[in-house]
Amino acid sequence: MTDIREVTVDELKHLVSERAAQGETMLLNMGPQHPSTHGVLRLLLELDGEIVVSCIPDIGFLHTGVEKNMEAKNYQQAEVMTDRLDYLHPIGNNLVYCMAVEKLCDLDVPPRAQAIRVILAELTRLGSHLIWLGTSALDLAAMSVFLYTMREREKILDIFELVSGQRMMTTYLRPGGLWRDVPVEFEEAVYKFIDHMPSQVDEYQDLLDQNELFIDRTKGVSVIKSEEAVRWGITGPVLRAGGMAYDLRKALPYSTYEQYDFDIPTRTEGDIYARYAVRVDEMRESLKIIRQALNKLPLGPVRSNNRKYVPPPRSELGVSMEALIHHFKLWTEGFTPPVGSVYAAVESPRGELGVFMESDGSAKPYRVHYRTPTFANLQIMPLLTRGYFVADVVAAIGSIDIVLGDADR
Amino acid sequence: MGVEQKLGNMGVVTTRLEQLVNWSRTNAMWPMLFGLACCAIEMMAAQAANYDMSRFGMELMRASPRQSDLMIVAGRVSRKMGPVLRRLYDQMPYPKWVIAMGDCASCGGVFNNYAIFQGVDEIVPVDVYVAGCPPRPEGLIHGVLTLHDKVNHEKLSKWA
Amino acid sequence: MDEKLSPIVTALTERFGCEAQEFRGEISLILPAEKLTGLLQSLRDEFSFEQLVDVTAVDYYPQEAPRFHVVYHVRSLSQGLVLCVRVPLDGNAPSTPTAEGVYPSANWYEREVFDMFGVTFTGHSDMRRIVMPADWQGHPLRKDFPLGYEEVQFTFNFDTVTKRKPQPKE
Repeated sequence: MTDIREVTVDELKHLVSERAAQGETMLLNMGPQHPSTHGVLRLLLELDGEIVVSCIPDIGFLHTGVEKNMEAKNYQQAEVMTDRLDYLHPIGNNLVYCMAVEKLCDLDVPPRAQAIRVILAELTRLGSHLIWLGTSALDLAAMSVFLYTMREREKILDIFELVSGQRMMTTYLRPGGLWRDVPVEFEEAVYKFIDHMPSQVDEYQDLLDQNELFIDRTKGVSVIKSEEAVRWGITGPVLRAGGMAYDLRKALPYSTYEQYDFDIPTRTEGDIYARYAVRVDEMRESLKIIRQALNKLPLGPVRSNNRKYVPPPRSELGVSMEALIHHFKLWTEGFTPPVGSVYAAVESPRGELGVFMESDGSAKPYRVHYRTPTFANLQIMPLLTRGYFVADVVAAIGSIDIVLGDADR
Repeated sequence: MGVEQKLGNMGVVTTRLEQLVNWSRTNAMWPMLFGLACCAIEMMAAQAANYDMSRFGMELMRASPRQSDLMIVAGRVSRKMGPVLRRLYDQMPYPKWVIAMGDCASCGGVFNNYAIFQGVDEIVPVDVYVAGCPPRPEGLIHGVLTLHDKVNHEKLSKWA
Repeated sequence: MDEKLSPIVTALTERFGCEAQEFRGEISLILPAEKLTGLLQSLRDEFSFEQLVDVTAVDYYPQEAPRFHVVYHVRSLSQGLVLCVRVPLDGNAPSTPTAEGVYPSANWYEREVFDMFGVTFTGHSDMRRIVMPADWQGHPLRKDFPLGYEEVQFTFNFDTVTKRKPQPKE
């Protein structure tokens, strides 16, 4: 293990102002161990008194080597790693991976599986927004919001546990459908949750909307408008808070999102408060989508019938020799998609989450690349903090909803 | 911890120094707020209302290593983070303990590759390993109680 | 092919002489590195591909010419289109012009490709490693870089693995 390497001002000359070399401004290290960096983000701040002159983000403290590791596993095994990238949005990571594999193999997914995918993806989005709301309010010293949001999150995790047996890392979605059908209690549990949830969202808004301390720290701080945001590759709530109604669920619908009626919440101010408002509105829209999907949850199979890629149900194994052979081949060798490369994308709670997947015709993916929203959004930290106070840096980090596992991969 | 029962009406407690010190150590063990990855979310859940770790005297998460006795390594440790983690450990005052929370911190978990330390015990000595990917909050609380048990059985000769 | 995308692809293949490949309805344009900036410029200004979604690379080791493909994904938010642009590069000191002048978001994406594949981008404003430690040797996502797999400890090999494992000082 090497020791920590010190960085000199000379190395960063192109990133800091000239006054730093003369010692007129101060360079302050923030992170990777800092309570408000939501993980292990490191920022190097150049300060003129209390004012931030420049900000240099340093990431990679959670680099996991997922993309390299996936190349050494076959398609079914590699899916397990995807959960752990963006650990607040595990089902969405599964979803985009499955979509890429399905595109590569030209698999179709039955409607019931699609509807359940939508319900689970929206529940994950809710869970992610709840964590975001709790932690970023905690950064602004609103402790009780954290306790409230974690309480509701447990209810979402209970539903995940009901369907898959795991609270967070479910790996419940599989290429071609789902691992298995949801249990009979599923619908009742989700109905109970979405009936209960709107009043809870009201409660969070009661705590924050009119809160003078919260408004002072968030309104007019870290402004980024949508034109600037588009140039910098920003997607998700940060883009929508700047005034652009762009959501992949509407723009390029996947998993039958086109069947559901929902709005894209937007604001025009582009400040931290606008991002907060967009996310809270999104929580209500997610509830709307879940209710619609549940109301017309179709019956039928939850896995594709294409036996070359999708294992047969267990009930067939005892009666069909062919099914047994397929099962054996799929779980020992894996399947082999045709040669080619695809790109699939979903709207994650943080923005566009994409997968670029290339196959060389073998059972292992030749290259899997995750296009992660946090990586793109974190890039604008210098723009969001320049000219604001040091204390606003904390609020700015919280407002773009970073997950370092997502950024570093 | 049963002091009230022992107290009786006399206002005097007799106990061994060993027991007294170990008891005080376990009941105000301040963990460091050191979230790395997925397990940090479950650590937060363990802190929050549903599981409420403060029942075990651990409600104070300190962000500074200089004020904490327990390091909960919650998540995978990358090659870039390793030296930082060791420096944080060195800054903690004695006595100090380490819990490796989750499979990644215990043994590398599913990530057997160039970027991840195969267990945080390559960098710092670990007292308790908590299995799970990520462990449930109950799992973490069980790990903490196991550590308390370990501390309660420490001998005077070890620290005096 | 999408009916909105096909006139754009035809215009670009004629002007830049690039090759268009289709797979599952997705178009990849393959063109040499020196024409890349011009292509991205006209994509952004004429065909309203406002956003650079992603830059990544694929390593075709042991094939040497071309060994790498640098892959760009550009997105048109207004038309809902995605286009993939691939730049083949040789294995010996691979280098391509930066897209930072056209899309500022290319800054970090290209730093990541440099870090992971060792492809340098000429004219880039901040060509440092981004994810790996600054003193790291090698580029992890190259196919000739080992995965770094360590033997898993079981009962039968417990002692040998323990002996090899680094032990921390107290």
